[in-house]
Amino acid sequence: MNIYELSTPLTDEKIEHLRAGDKTILSGVIYTARDAAHQKIINLLNEGKNLPFNLQDQVIYYVGPSPAKPGRTIGSAGPTTSSRMDPYTPALLAEGLKGMIGKGARSEEVCQAIQKYKAVYFAAIGGAAALMSKCITKVEVIAYPELGPEAIYKLEVTNLPLIVINDIKGNDLYQQGRLPYQKI
Amino acid sequence: MNVDTTKIIHFDTIREKVKSLCMEANYFLGEDIKIYIEKAIEKESSPLGKEVLKDLQRNWELAAKEQIPICQDTGTAVIFLEIGQEVKIVGGYLYDAINEGVRKGYREGYLRKSMVKHPWLRVNTDDNTPAIIHTEIVPGNKLKITVAPKGGGSENMSALKMLTPAAGLEGVKRFVLESVKKAGPNACPPLVVGVGVGGNFEKAALLAKKALLRKLGHFNQDPAIAQVELELLKDINKTGIGPQGFGGNTTALAVNIEVFPCHIASLPVAVNINCHASRHKTIIL
Ligand code: SF4
Repeated sequence: MNIYELSTPLTDEKIEHLRAGDKTILSGVIYTARDAAHQKIINLLNEGKNLPFNLQDQVIYYVGPSPAKPGRTIGSAGPTTSSRMDPYTPALLAEGLKGMIGKGARSEEVCQAIQKYKAVYFAAIGGAAALMSKCITKVEVIAYPELGPEAIYKLEVTNLPLIVINDIKGNDLYQQGRLPYQKI
Repeated sequence: MNVDTTKIIHFDTIREKVKSLCMEANYFLGEDIKIYIEKAIEKESSPLGKEVLKDLQRNWELAAKEQIPICQDTGTAVIFLEIGQEVKIVGGYLYDAINEGVRKGYREGYLRKSMVKHPWLRVNTDDNTPAIIHTEIVPGNKLKITVAPKGGGSENMSALKMLTPAAGLEGVKRFVLESVKKAGPNACPPLVVGVGVGGNFEKAALLAKKALLRKLGHFNQDPAIAQVELELLKDINKTGIGPQGFGGNTTALAVNIEVFPCHIASLPVAVNINCHASRHKTIIL
């Protein structure tokens, strides 16, 4: 397991060497999107319209934060289950999306698209949401405020701890990580 | 001579108590879970798994200190009521008091509103109501309210199967293990697994949910069932899934099983998967 510091936007050179099981500390601008926002992005792509943000080399964090208490930047903000975004993801990767942050396994199609378009899927620690809110230093709603926790937020993060799950070589930590401990 | 033991409880009292319970359940992790995770930190043999568990510990400490949610998914507000038959509620309808308490708790406590009005039209209700309320009438003159916010990620990995009697205990165990394997990393392991066996279709599901309310370390009072709880936990921790599914031997913290008599033709089994954020707070009025 290696530890890397990364900053967004992500380019091929920045992610090529990442392997499943590596730890990464991510800083820079990232965007949030959940089910409803993905559906809207796909609709815009199908209609050939502009997206709320340019996907090229960007990172999407699958999160629906809790509301910020007065005086705080954001509420608790841990990952949601990524597989719900699987049906939409290959199309976003084809548009240049480079990184995704969530929790839980991805579909075969998504894993293949990650290799094809050279991208990376990271896990954040599900349930460590208070801790992660401390890494988020700036928040701005950039689209669909009516969706509440499902709106698209632009986040500035500092030292967000992540684990590489799927890399460009087709490795998958969820498949491989358990093998040394599996006794059944 | 008959003594009237009727207890009068006001609508406003219920609303205010529910409001506080919603917040407390989301800010403060149960002591039993903390102890179990601390024990797991010692025993976990995967270095990455150990780190994850330590992060969960730092997380609950921070959440309690700053009074913010342990997890951003502050859940569906699941409410269990045990109403003594000698309790009289005044000042309004009981379920309105519960829903108003949830509304206030989620708004004033900065908890996430995760309920949509309609399963496929999906517009948020903006106040996390309606609560899902389970009511039981019991002897006596007390009102017991349990607020158990339940996250969507782990709920989605829950499962129910109508086995037939031939499947027996082995079939039950197989289904529980299969369900946990399917849940894999999605439900944020380490898990708490609630199992309901028997009754019928809906009873099994309710038993499984209720099993999640039992404190970790309090085994089923029937020693034979307690034995099954231990065996299943051992098997689940042999899957290697580990904390967050990164690999390791802490896949679940506990398996709690509740059983009920059932039809001669049936053997229903429900598995309600919960994450470490297994939240529930109770008050007795
Ligand atoms: S499964 Fe539990 S810990 Fe994970 S996101 Fe849902 S509520 Fe939070």
